[in-house]
Amino acid sequence: MIQRILAILHARNLEFLRDKATLGWNVAMPLLLVAGMAAIFSGGDRASYKVALMQAEQEINTAAHPYLQTRYFDFIAMDQEEAIERVANHQLDLALDLHAGTYWINPESPGGYFAERLLEASSEEGAWQRQPASGDPITYVDWLIPGILGMNIMFSCLFGVGYVVVRYRKNGFLKRLKATPLRPVEFMSAQILSRLLLAIFVTLLLYAATRLLLDVRMEGSGLALFLVAVLASISLVSIGLAMAARVTSEELAGGLLNLVTWPMMLLSGVWFSLAGAPQWVQQLSNIFPLTHALTAAREIMLYGAGFADVLPQLLILTGITAAFLTVGATMFRWRGA
Amino acid sequence: MTGPPILAVRELVKNYGQVRAVRGISFDVPRNCCFGLLGPNGAGKTTTVEIIEGVTPATSGEVLYEGEKAGAAFRQDSGVQFQTAALQDFITVRETLEMFHRLYRRRADIDQVIADCALEKLQKRDNRKLSGGQRQRLLLAIAMVNDPKILFLDEPTTGMDPQARRNFWELVERIRARKKTIVLTTHYMEEAQALCDEIVIMNEGVIVTQGAPDTLLKAHYKEIILELPEADLEKLPEEFPFHTYRRNGLVEIHTDDANEAITRLSRAGAPLGRLNIRPFRLEDLFLDLTGKELRS
Ligand SMILES: Nc1ncnc2c1ncn2[C@@H]1O[C@H](COP(=O)(O)OP(=O)(O)O)[C@@H](O)[C@H]1O
Ligand SMILES: [Mg+2]
Repeated sequence: MIQRILAILHARNLEFLRDKATLGWNVAMPLLLVAGMAAIFSGGDRASYKVALMQAEQEINTAAHPYLQTRYFDFIAMDQEEAIERVANHQLDLALDLHAGTYWINPESPGGYFAERLLEASSEEGAWQRQPASGDPITYVDWLIPGILGMNIMFSCLFGVGYVVVRYRKNGFLKRLKATPLRPVEFMSAQILSRLLLAIFVTLLLYAATRLLLDVRMEGSGLALFLVAVLASISLVSIGLAMAARVTSEELAGGLLNLVTWPMMLLSGVWFSLAGAPQWVQQLSNIFPLTHALTAAREIMLYGAGFADVLPQLLILTGITAAFLTVGATMFRWRGA
Repeated sequence: MTGPPILAVRELVKNYGQVRAVRGISFDVPRNCCFGLLGPNGAGKTTTVEIIEGVTPATSGEVLYEGEKAGAAFRQDSGVQFQTAALQDFITVRETLEMFHRLYRRRADIDQVIADCALEKLQKRDNRKLSGGQRQRLLLAIAMVNDPKILFLDEPTTGMDPQARRNFWELVERIRARKKTIVLTTHYMEEAQALCDEIVIMNEGVIVTQGAPDTLLKAHYKEIILELPEADLEKLPEEFPFHTYRRNGLVEIHTDDANEAITRLSRAGAPLGRLNIRPFRLEDLFLDLTGKELRS
């Protein structure tokens, strides 16, 4: 069995590595994307100032203090621990506890300086107690890069595997394989491994590039992050295989794959956080493996999570993989109807 | 050709929607022989062998390999050359063979297979850059990587030039000499006649006749055929007690007494410079059994 998997894996790798055009595209496209990100976001602009209020959302009353009426300021309800952490890494400019008369600020944050001056201007002298909260800034790029890496894995795994299997079926190569002792599970395993190797290789390359070019934040366990990438890849390949289990036309396969990739790209939190989205959107997003992969990756990269912290996501990804592999293997056909 | 058949096909039926491609056929394939499945295009040959090979599900009926339902053992023991088969791009001939080689428990010596199929000089060639005949030899080599006990060849010489076809026939002869069973489908009668010990002739999904080619011909024909271009024999001689047929610009005279027929033709003054005398062939048998030309 292992022999047969390795045989198919080896041949598939050769085929892929020698297809210079496709290979180049698979590596170059994401690199270009990252380079583009670097160019766009190295400026670091902002539209408004964000201040956390340590109280429940419904209790926020803008009349309570003139500061709360400042234009271009967003006031967000948040619990104390989270608010302080976000101030520390520059995601918030200031955290304010109106009842206790305390505010937290990162002394190195330019936005914090500005927000503090305005607070002082709208209050009486000595009304506030100042607490420092220090840490490295988390920029939008820091937040976005895990999304970009994940999105690249998604496209590579879904389209890379889906199209290849459909092409093999359409041109009769699968039929030829069916006349050998090779079993569907063995064939599928080889496809998963082949694509996994590529996806991980490209992701490592991208990761290294983003660390070098963009100095992207990485606080947590590298090993845990690697595991997230591996499981994300496998789960996405499994979905690709399940979608391609019977299809014989590349057009139909393309349609099906787009049907999955687009919602996943928009709703998994690649580009923007779903924290403010309606509840049903958030729940919907939970069906996508990418959502869980990105949550885990951001926990690790931005907030220093370790293996144990992302265990729930890893388990979910494993579950998704198992489910789609089962579906894929049951539905799999060597040839079209 | 002794002992129980290596393969038995029982009441095989295959419908593609309204198309009844195979309509309940049964036959045995004897061990260590070259078995021919003959018939015109669309007769159901490919459908039949692909059901046997396990790549097409039958509507009903069964296939027994060594007395048991064909399964895992059959896949290990059989080699298949499809009428058409795609291979992976960017992979060389040798790499392709090595990949298929590793899928089997039984393995032939891969260099021997390459030599047998005259692929030595093409080992490093990309699959896509093979000519028709070369590709056909590669497909045959793939079918032989597991040193199969039973080898299926579906129209292996279709599209080959006469020289390539002769070479291929020699190759098949060499394989057969190694005590293999070969199941060959073809619509070339001379191919079946040259290679096969045993044939089944199919038409429109049913078996028209089966047996050894020589036996079949002897059973059906006591006569031989004289052929003359129609232009040379516009009117038959009077007193000419032989069956004659006009087809494809030729007059065919069926007779068991060639001397007598030629004497009468000659006496009637027919020019005999283009006279051709030949035995009955499978092609004639097919025509007589179905009323159809074999080659469409
Ligand atoms: N996949 C298919 N779908 C529908 N009809 C088919 C299919 N394959 C073969 N047929 C039909 O079944 C009949 C037998 O085809 P085939 O077995 O390929 O014949 P042969 O190999 O003798 O030329 C033909 O009428 C053909 O059109
Ligand atoms: Mg055919």
